[in-house]
Amino acid sequence: MTETFYEVMRRQGITRRSFLKFCSLTAASLGLGPSFAPQIAHAMENKPRIPVLWLHGLECTCCSESFIRSAHPLAKDVILSMISLDYDDTIMAAAGHQAEAIIEETIQKYDGNYILACEGNPPLNQEGMSCIIAGRPYLEQLKHAADHCKAIISWGSCASWGCVQAARPNPTQATPIHKVPGLAPKPIIKVPGCPPIAEVMTAVITYILTFERFPDLDRQGRPKMFYSQRIHDKCYRRPHFDAGQFVEAFDDEGARKGYCLYKVGCKGPTTYNACSTVRWNGGLSFPIQSGHPCFGCSEDGFWDKGSFYDRLTDVHGFGIEADADTIGGTAATVVGAATAAHAALSAVKRARQKGGES
Amino acid sequence: MSADITTTSHSEEAVYVYQAPVRLWHWINAIAILVLAVTGYLIGSPPPAVGGEASDSFVFGWIRYLHFSAAYIVAVGFVFRVYWAFVGNSHARQIFLPPVWRGSFWKELVHEVLWYAMIAKQPLKYSGHNPLATLVMHVMFVWGIIFMIVTGFALYGEGTGMGSWQYEMFSSWVIPLFGQSQDVHTWHHLGFWVIVCFVIAHIYAAVREDIMSRQSIISSMFSGWRTFRDGKPADDDH
Repeated sequence: MTETFYEVMRRQGITRRSFLKFCSLTAASLGLGPSFAPQIAHAMENKPRIPVLWLHGLECTCCSESFIRSAHPLAKDVILSMISLDYDDTIMAAAGHQAEAIIEETIQKYDGNYILACEGNPPLNQEGMSCIIAGRPYLEQLKHAADHCKAIISWGSCASWGCVQAARPNPTQATPIHKVPGLAPKPIIKVPGCPPIAEVMTAVITYILTFERFPDLDRQGRPKMFYSQRIHDKCYRRPHFDAGQFVEAFDDEGARKGYCLYKVGCKGPTTYNACSTVRWNGGLSFPIQSGHPCFGCSEDGFWDKGSFYDRLTDVHGFGIEADADTIGGTAATVVGAATAAHAALSAVKRARQKGGES
Repeated sequence: MSADITTTSHSEEAVYVYQAPVRLWHWINAIAILVLAVTGYLIGSPPPAVGGEASDSFVFGWIRYLHFSAAYIVAVGFVFRVYWAFVGNSHARQIFLPPVWRGSFWKELVHEVLWYAMIAKQPLKYSGHNPLATLVMHVMFVWGIIFMIVTGFALYGEGTGMGSWQYEMFSSWVIPLFGQSQDVHTWHHLGFWVIVCFVIAHIYAAVREDIMSRQSIISSMFSGWRTFRDGKPADDDH
């Protein structure tokens, strides 16, 4: 019989006291009331660990790097014991044929009951040849695993939107998980970010585990509890924004005083993520806190929207790339100049007519 | 032309075109759009930073407050204007329904273009809008304002948050439609420039027609009455 989470945790030397602390911390980080802590504890004591296959496509492993740095809960002590992470080639002990055999074993043993966690995405061009795992295209491995899974987690911006490998011109046709043609129609939860926040990743897993369902998702398939507000809405520099105190250049007095980074291109107002509340590295800091604008890594297609330091998207098709204000300003100038010229001509015409009449 | 000839030979006929609610809406709308354009530009390109404690000033907050208030005035005004198109006189629905299915509309539109190109000697005479004005009002103003209201509320809903009616009615579908929030901002900026171009052309055309055409334009939007400078019948049959 599969061990329950609680049994595994006790075996790992975690006291009951620490376990209950973890349950209430998790409830808090999920935005649930204190009454949910016992429910989480109950689930952990009684439910078998969910098997997880963590597959890697075209990616940089920053999602895994982030995940293993989770502080609440600690990835080492808790999450890797909570879920039964059957396969994750980056952090598993087995390698080679042994490792690959585990995938088949999990698929057969837990058919329809495991979670497929996707880090990275498959390239579709050349029949997926740009990403080969164990001698086969990742595309095939992904489709096979998806056929038998219960649900899919799209880790990071790669799996959720495409990220850098899908940026224009996207020669390998890297494609986010939900757009892969022929993929089994399983529920998909997107956890975008490059990488996603560690605590967000572990919290999503904990939620799925506890309630045996996905958390509420928004229209784009992201968990509402972490992606329903913009960085801007909870930014600690927001009072400077409202006061009209902006950093004008990266080395000016405003930058030293910690003013709002809006004018140096902060994308906080257009980026949905939990950085300004959960923060990074155990709640230590996040980009804006360290003085750098947010560049919107959890937004769809953030590589293709022009400069990281510009809050407007570049518009193509004008020969050169231009932002909306350049195009609009030019158009208004042209219209203004044309109007002035037309007015001058009209005046001349009228003067001539009057001259003729008199 | 000497003054005594004008007073003896000239009799002005007049048509009541713009009803009082339309005139009131026009001027409230004009002021609100001016406020929106100025504050909107400043939101995109903020004025130089103010110093001191953050708690001492609320400059950007006020700019945004004015923008949102004026936006509500335009939105409510527009809903009223659509309502008035149904209950008002026939002129009240002209900018909403350009008769593009009529051959004469396009023929007269070409004539209007020729008049502006200074090829045609005389403009036709209209008690309402001329066909070119109708089309420009419809495309750039009516659809321009609808576009700005929809994208504007979508951006506003981002701040009011999930669960607010602005978010549910606008942000929830507009943002995925455009891809993401930044693209909605970009298109809202482009919409702003379309309105700016419209305003330049609108004011210029109104002044020019008032001086050069055969009917009153600017004073009509104050009094409601369109007066004509010659006795010939209008070319649009109302």
